[in-house]
Amino acid sequence: MPFYVSPEQAMKDKADYARKGIARGRSGVVIQYEAGILFVAPNPSRALHKISEIYDRIAFAAVGRYNEYEILRKAGVRYADLTGYQYDRQDVTARGLANWYAQTLGSIFTDSPKPFEVEIVVAEVAEAPAEDQIYRITFDGSVNDEHGYVAMGGQAEAIAVVLKEQYTDNMTLEAALATAIAGLAAQANGDQMNINASQLEVAVLDRTRDHRTFRRLTGTRLEALLSEVDQASAAKQGSTQRTPTDQVSGESSGEQAGDQPSAGTTEQGSTDSAPDTEGDQGASS
Amino acid sequence: MGSDSNAGLIATAYLRAGTSSFSEFLTSTAPELLPGAGGVSVPSGLARELPHGTTIVAAAFNGGVVMAGDRRATAGNMISQRDIEKVYRSDEFSCIGIAGVAGIGIDLVRLYQVELEHYEKLEGRVLSLEGKANRLAGIVRANLGGAMQGLVVVPLFAGYDTDEGVGRIFSYDVAGGRYEEQRFYSIGSGSVFARGSLKKLYTDGMEASVAILACMQALYDAADDDAATGGPDPTRRIWPIVVTVTADGYQRLSDEESGSYAESVLSERMSQPDGPTSTLHPPGTESR
Repeated sequence: MPFYVSPEQAMKDKADYARKGIARGRSGVVIQYEAGILFVAPNPSRALHKISEIYDRIAFAAVGRYNEYEILRKAGVRYADLTGYQYDRQDVTARGLANWYAQTLGSIFTDSPKPFEVEIVVAEVAEAPAEDQIYRITFDGSVNDEHGYVAMGGQAEAIAVVLKEQYTDNMTLEAALATAIAGLAAQANGDQMNINASQLEVAVLDRTRDHRTFRRLTGTRLEALLSEVDQASAAKQGSTQRTPTDQVSGESSGEQAGDQPSAGTTEQGSTDSAPDTEGDQGASS
Repeated sequence: MGSDSNAGLIATAYLRAGTSSFSEFLTSTAPELLPGAGGVSVPSGLARELPHGTTIVAAAFNGGVVMAGDRRATAGNMISQRDIEKVYRSDEFSCIGIAGVAGIGIDLVRLYQVELEHYEKLEGRVLSLEGKANRLAGIVRANLGGAMQGLVVVPLFAGYDTDEGVGRIFSYDVAGGRYEEQRFYSIGSGSVFARGSLKKLYTDGMEASVAILACMQALYDAADDDAATGGPDPTRRIWPIVVTVTADGYQRLSDEESGSYAESVLSERMSQPDGPTSTLHPPGTESR
């Protein structure tokens, strides 16, 4: 045990530690669509959420250690409810909350021996898409103001490449979900993830709703949406050229993991592709 | 939040693992924000001069519950507001009405609304109707000190019990006593007259529209005999607030709907000022 550790070394060690912890989990995606903001995260648990409501127009998504981001989520709800109670409901903003998170994560990173192994996104839906706000806050308290889409987690860069390629303004919900799933598939590195309703946590901030805009998409609603996404991407796959890199081909060919990019050119692609993972035919795109 | 010295304290309080109750969080971190906080002693007689909300009625019907309140706030012998709202949505399946000092009552309702939503967000589930009623008792009890100074406010709580599929009504006293009421209830200065009226008009298993009309009649009778309760105001078109809570959730009647009920009561009273009567059957005559 050395007596002296330089601040540079201490910070680097902490950052490496946090990054490693975050990279162990699956990444998540937040993406704008015409009627709001969509949140998608792979999450087999029905009870332990990665995506949650904070306030009327604000939601929270996180990756990393559950117990740590759960502390942050609850703190965010307390912050928002107290601010709204003290002033007015319209005075609770994602910007204020993101700043608070940034300060808190920053001081935890510098002051405590162990940094939080989390990465969070705070998003607020506005009257018009141009005024929507999406903030990504990392373990050391740095804030990024994002537009359109954001990926978080250890493989955020790989996902962002796909999102950047496919994202357009004012997408439909189906298109946004397809894009998000395509992005999430990019993190699987050939070891294909299951994209079916029971493996995904999906929620939206719906700008057309009054009062509380947060809504989870679960059960039959999500299944219907996913099957539309399947059909759309199957049609798209049939008509357009596939990008020949492994990583990107994994994205919209669902579980046919990049080794047969021309498979699945028909609507029935999922049933005749003999998937090697069991019980997830419905998940193929 | 608040002063700078306080800000750091609250920031750490956000992170502390605590209860899922917003009012307990407020009590421990920012008690000055609680309804009726300030702890000033109110000279006797002054509390009377503050605006007071008056009569609230509620009645269970087949598949839900209705709550209605008049629109008057009274300060001493003055009418301080003609169109005050005293019946509120507390969450998707419940509503709350207040009688007593309006300033504290309105804050109490705001706190209670946040309380229910706060629990729902932190715990990921909605409180049971019993749980909601008990939380409200705690919040009312927290104002006991104020009540002893004359700043009395009591709520009336009603909701739809999603487990049992019925509407239920709860009343409170200033000490936080919580009482479940059967069929119908009323609170506020005109409550005696309103309850007497409802007693004669209420029948078990009535339909929503009939229950709404019964509540409207009860409010008219309260306004008829209690100076502090306001009747329907056809000149300014100010009508009682009427809300229902059913399996479909909370719903507030539009001004037009509420007005149509009020106008039917008014036109009936033009010829029958004391309202509907029933036929009595002395002993020896054939009953029914």
